[in-house]
Amino acid sequence: MNVLVLLDHGDGRLRPTALELLTLARDLPDARVHAVWVGADPAEEVRAQVGAHGGHALHHVLVDGADDRLTASVVDALEAVRAEVDAPLLLVASTFEGKEVAARLAVRTGAGVVTGAGGLERDADGRSVATKTVLAGTWTTRCAVTGPFGVVALAPNSVQAAPLAQPAPAEVVEHRVEASAAARAVTVHSREPRPTSDRPALAEAEVVVVGGRGVEGDFTAVEELADVLGGAVGATRVATDEGWIGHEAQVGQTGVTISPRLYVGAGVSGAVHHRGGMAASVTVVAVNSDPDAPIFEFADYGVVGDLNEVLPALSEQIRRRRG
Amino acid sequence: MRVVVCVKHVPDIQSARSFREDGLLARGGEDDTLNELDEDALEAALRLVEAHPVAEGAEPHEVVALTVGPAAAVEALRRGLAMGATSAVHVRDDAVAGSDAIATARVLAAAVRHVHAERPVDAVVAGMAGLDGLTSLVPAALAALLDWPQLTLADRITVEDGTVRVRRETSTDVEELSAPAPAVLSVTDQAFRARFPDFKGILAARKKPVEVLALADLGVDPATVGLGGSAARVVEAVPTPERAGRVLVTGGAETVPALVDYLAQKGFA
Ligand SMILES: Cc1cc2nc3c(=O)[nH]c(=O)nc-3n(C[C@H](O)[C@H](O)[C@H](O)COP(=O)(O)OP(=O)(O)OC[C@H]3O[C@@H](n4cnc5c(N)ncnc54)[C@H](O)[C@@H]3O)c2cc1C
Ligand SMILES: Nc1ncnc2c1ncn2[C@@H]1O[C@H](COP(=O)(O)O)[C@@H](O)[C@H]1O
Repeated sequence: MNVLVLLDHGDGRLRPTALELLTLARDLPDARVHAVWVGADPAEEVRAQVGAHGGHALHHVLVDGADDRLTASVVDALEAVRAEVDAPLLLVASTFEGKEVAARLAVRTGAGVVTGAGGLERDADGRSVATKTVLAGTWTTRCAVTGPFGVVALAPNSVQAAPLAQPAPAEVVEHRVEASAAARAVTVHSREPRPTSDRPALAEAEVVVVGGRGVEGDFTAVEELADVLGGAVGATRVATDEGWIGHEAQVGQTGVTISPRLYVGAGVSGAVHHRGGMAASVTVVAVNSDPDAPIFEFADYGVVGDLNEVLPALSEQIRRRRG
Repeated sequence: MRVVVCVKHVPDIQSARSFREDGLLARGGEDDTLNELDEDALEAALRLVEAHPVAEGAEPHEVVALTVGPAAAVEALRRGLAMGATSAVHVRDDAVAGSDAIATARVLAAAVRHVHAERPVDAVVAGMAGLDGLTSLVPAALAALLDWPQLTLADRITVEDGTVRVRRETSTDVEELSAPAPAVLSVTDQAFRARFPDFKGILAARKKPVEVLALADLGVDPATVGLGGSAARVVEAVPTPERAGRVLVTGGAETVPALVDYLAQKGFA
């Protein structure tokens, strides 16, 4: 079975989620993985990385006549690959961009779409069935693609990316497509990269330390713990609205949806809007001075205490333990 | 200028939400309400028309609230009308029940075409997500179905001389895009904090027209919507079990060694 994987990339390099998608795809039964790179040249190592993670082919698609990062252009590119590779399944990252690609492609092809998937299997009838956490983590569903073609948008950290023991290089297939009218209709006047930090990207990080109103404007202890754990810094909407940290750090239903292996919430009450964006976290640790804070209802490890005492001690002791 | 705003009636996220036996989200409860994020879409549309004073003798601006949903969804429209929308369209048909996001977009697209055929539309504005399914699929699907340019997740919008221009933040960049009208937009919850309807608005809303349409009025084949017209469906829904082996401790720095052990055991320390 052919499986298409849309590669998320920036600055010519693969994003970590791309390797997760490849790993998941190649582990499906009888999978032959076709990775799709839309846009200008991938860096030298991309072909090897795709091969190492089980990619059989790397389809490199250039889009003429429109900006190649517009959703409509990406869909044009995927359609060009699909014309040559008959596949019942496409995997994309469950970002806003990935979901929009899924939506447009579904209109063009009749595909069934599942977003925010935390896992994926093929059932006895050969259907793609995804599991996902919904309603702010209170329910878990299994969604089946009932038509012949499905697009599944996978949440980051749903699988651990792993290279194969005996990888083969991916075969590179070049494509060139003419952008559709929908893509050509949009003009890009400017595009400035948002400021990045040395920390991992929030959406993809394996560890996220989140500060809420309880930090009272001072993110130092949160940042220190994030750095000790090699993680990203997140925030509640209250903290971003107060201007204590940039909006890009907002975790929640209308911010970034995260699914790290470890979530630490400090001075975070656990409101439903926030929970909706972090409920898929594997391990949840909460430090909050209010024993009745809702976050303790879904934390694996809760400390009822003052974050100004607990966080610095935690950073210090982890550092010491590592020597 | 004429702007259509897509508004959805959803279960209140603060209420105990659940799935039915058949895998569909339980809707129609007392607590169902206008999707909060669609208030931002309404606000964006109202600000857009307000930014353009109507010339002497010209046709007045129109903001049309549009919903696809059961009878109770009229409440979402009423809220939009109370905020300042001029009229509303309610697509109500039993065959729509169970539609996934793509099938819902098919109905919305037909309704937008219906409005556009009579009174040309400059833009369609949607919210960034429905707080029920949180799919964020509908705006892009709607753009594709109408074959109108897609300008999603906007936090600034202008319309000048038939060109719609937006500023948006993607996960990596800040962009400025434009496209000829009519276009399909969605807005984030960052820039359009919604006004509160006043008493006058609420009273006025009762008198504003709500056009109720069935699929047949829109020429939509019922087979293309509902469960049968959806290519993905929930086959199992269970309440998430409580996290097992939860630990709760109280105190300050003296509690930290145990937490460090816990993290070490999970491979983080
Ligand atoms: C449409 C909409 C969308 C939204 N989207 C989001 C979203 O995406 N993400 C999001 O986060 N929110 C979102 N919100 C806001 C959300 O509803 C909550 O208001 C918010 O998450 C609360 O943030 P908080 O936990 O920091 O603050 P609070 O709820 O005020 O909680 C602060 C907590 O800090 C604790 N605390 C105080 N001092 C200390 C201390 N010294 N040590 C330890 N603990 C302390 C308190 O006990 C309290 O529990 C949204 C709201 C709306 C209406
Ligand atoms: N049934 C509906 N009726 C009207 N608008 C809708 C409906 N479903 C979705 N929308 C619009 O599409 C946006 C995104 O919804 P979704 O794709 O379901 O997350 C919402 O904020 C609404 O503006």
